[in-house]
Amino acid sequence: MVTSDIARPENQVYCRPRSFTDVSTHYCPGCTHGIAHRLVAEVLDEMGVAEKTIGVAPVGCSVFAYNYFNTDFVEAAHGRAPAMATGIKRVLPDKVVFTYQGDGDLASIGMAEIMHVAARGENITVIFINNAIYGMTGGQMAPTTLPGMKTTSSPMGRDVEMQGYPIRMSEILATMDGVGYAVRRSLHDPANIRKAKKAIRTAFEAQRRGLGFSMVELLSTCPTNWGINPVNSLQWVADHMVPVFPLGDFKVSAAVGDIRI
Amino acid sequence: MPRELLKGNEAIAEAAIRVGLEAYFGYPITPQTEILEHLSRRLPELGRAFVQAESEVAAINMVYGAACTGARVMSSSSSPGVSLMMEGISYIAGTEIPVVLVNIMRGGPGLGNIAPAQGDYFQAVYGGGHGDYKPIVLAPSTVQEAIDMTVMSFDLAEKYRTICMIIADGSIGQLMEPAELPEMRPIQRQNWDWAVNGTGGRQRRILSSIYIEPKDEEIANLRMLKRWQEIQKNEIRFKEYYTDNADFVVVGFGSAGRIALSAVRAARHQGIKVGLFRPITVSPFPFAQLEELSKRVQGLLVVEMNMGQMLQDVQLAVKGNTPVEFYGRPGGVVPFPDEILHEIQRVATSKLSLDADPRMSWLDRATAK
Amino acid sequence: MQKEIIIAGFGGQGVLFAGQVLAYAALDNGKEVTWIPSYGPEMRGGTANCTVVIADEEIGSPLVQNPPLAIALNLPSYDKYEPLMRPGGVLIVNSSMIDRTPKRGDITEILIPANEIAEEIGDKKLTNMVVVGALIASLPELTIADMEQALKNHLPVRHHHLLPKNYQALQRGYDLAREQLAVPQQ
Ligand SMILES: Cc1ncc(C[n+]2csc(CCOP(=O)(O)OP(=O)(O)O)c2C)c(N)n1
Repeated sequence: MVTSDIARPENQVYCRPRSFTDVSTHYCPGCTHGIAHRLVAEVLDEMGVAEKTIGVAPVGCSVFAYNYFNTDFVEAAHGRAPAMATGIKRVLPDKVVFTYQGDGDLASIGMAEIMHVAARGENITVIFINNAIYGMTGGQMAPTTLPGMKTTSSPMGRDVEMQGYPIRMSEILATMDGVGYAVRRSLHDPANIRKAKKAIRTAFEAQRRGLGFSMVELLSTCPTNWGINPVNSLQWVADHMVPVFPLGDFKVSAAVGDIRI
Repeated sequence: MPRELLKGNEAIAEAAIRVGLEAYFGYPITPQTEILEHLSRRLPELGRAFVQAESEVAAINMVYGAACTGARVMSSSSSPGVSLMMEGISYIAGTEIPVVLVNIMRGGPGLGNIAPAQGDYFQAVYGGGHGDYKPIVLAPSTVQEAIDMTVMSFDLAEKYRTICMIIADGSIGQLMEPAELPEMRPIQRQNWDWAVNGTGGRQRRILSSIYIEPKDEEIANLRMLKRWQEIQKNEIRFKEYYTDNADFVVVGFGSAGRIALSAVRAARHQGIKVGLFRPITVSPFPFAQLEELSKRVQGLLVVEMNMGQMLQDVQLAVKGNTPVEFYGRPGGVVPFPDEILHEIQRVATSKLSLDADPRMSWLDRATAK
Repeated sequence: MQKEIIIAGFGGQGVLFAGQVLAYAALDNGKEVTWIPSYGPEMRGGTANCTVVIADEEIGSPLVQNPPLAIALNLPSYDKYEPLMRPGGVLIVNSSMIDRTPKRGDITEILIPANEIAEEIGDKKLTNMVVVGALIASLPELTIADMEQALKNHLPVRHHHLLPKNYQALQRGYDLAREQLAVPQQ
């Protein structure tokens, strides 16, 4: 057998998602933003909805997400993506609208917007990247920073007495009636990545069926600002983040529970 | 204190500590994050308050609250973050309490970029928030000036019960230069007759920006303007270079001003009699001094890292006495001295008109290339 | 007197620190000095550069378009700054990472295999000190002794055991540059 015998369309098991543009990302080595992007793109491919999708990029390392998805995109002010998404969805209810936000963007400056988009049960999907730190600005404390964790603005380690406790967004949003789907997954190994993809698909399906607000929180790495190499960063997610941010389904409404993928 | 090599952002933070900063509230944003990071280490070390707020909206309101107690407090941010603070800034102005703010400006509007820029001049100088008020605005061009103005800003803010804002651009924040920090002073909280800190038996005090009766609000507005009159009389600061025998004068603040200094020197070497006027307080603006200057020169060249904002104040100042020309680099582009030298040569050799709109003729030149 | 110096390379090659050592030496010698880095996303992964200006009087612009002195530690920096050099200027080229030949005839280019020299001395992190040493050969305002003093004064004490190797790196770069400067250029 030679390569040409194997490299045929019918044998292809892996390729660049069509919902991706043909550019490589600016993310640091070992950062899982790229994996999260890819999962979203694969889901858009599988659902065949890229052409009717509008993404809302945040302010954070994924500020340039619009360069990588082959869909229409807008760029929000820091934390305001859910409000912008609301505006778009209300005018174009038949389109697929999603935001992609970091933990500083969503759980700090954008806390009001995420709470109220959920309270309204806005029929959009949120992809929430929790890497326990502010990546883009160089590693400051995030609302999700773990107790004791050193960052450039908690140089002695996060002191919960002074700087409070990590916020668990999926759990909080699960208490809200407008939410159809709120789950947490992780990107630290292939098995978890597969589960994450399934959750993203469920979230977008929920939106397609008009089942209300859906959010998938993804535990992610930030090797550069954690100061941990890429491989150990994955282990660090499993060892340190998962205990604080347990994986699981925090809200699956009955209607969303009926979705079969 | 010996001269040390200091980074602008860290120098501002440390200077504030040395003159008794009791509390800082802020949110990370490039290119000012080093201020927040420095204070996140130093303030807790000294047992003083540091809070990384959830947003600039929260930060400015934390500052508002802390300032009401009469403590020395500050916040810092960069352009998009300062925009978010505008509501709180207006409330602080309306409450007439002293607050120090720092804006390390970057390219805009919107998210823009993180490169050095001066696009927030209007926002800072003309208040930015709603209502009728004017803050003091200082524009350092070196690390030493950034330190000195930080020190001064607390005194000015307290003296006039006003907002004092330092506007510098990203390059001053990131620049390292030899500079001297002030001595460490112990905190001396003043016994202000307006501060809320528990009556302790005295008459109760209320700090608020609400005046339901328009007549009362009018009185408050007039009181603030009266104070502004004093500020204008006492606090104008600027620096002149080679203006004594100058035929032409470049006017620029902050980084644009210091970059222009290189160009002015180069032009002097070529025999062009040019000077530099660098406003240090951009609010209050040195209107009278520029007017005087305008009577003895053949033209002014305003240089800014924006599309001509201080230009309007210069035009107001010179009252048509002399032609005003403009050169700007907006959006985060920093001009090199050579570009400004070129402009000086142009101004020195062409026939200048009093009637031309300097911004529009600059635009034509800039877009013709 | 005013001298402008640009130092450019990959992040991680010690570009910013090299500039700071120069700035400290200038400060200790009573000169005016500015040091300004490129900052922001540019910093991450990609290239880093800093500009150092040393002068006798108040410094105007801390940035310069056409530097008389520069160090290029990698090819992208070489491609960027070689065309920008002021005629008559001196460009220190890290020949360990740059294999193309010079394009300018009107500047002096000093080729220093800085990575190899640093590895010979025993620490590849010394690449920056080798090229700074080479630069000093064209910067009469500062001497190798000034640089050594600056390192001693400003390197955190816990790193002081590295000083002898740093001195060696400075000297090796300086000597090599002196040799090349002694040979008239075509
Ligand atoms: C109003 C405003 N404040 C601050 C910033 C600066 N800023 C940009 S990204 C960011 C934090 C991003 O962190 P996160 O949301 O956790 O995303 P990550 O970069 O880690 O992916 C901040 C504070 C800004 N752009 N606008």
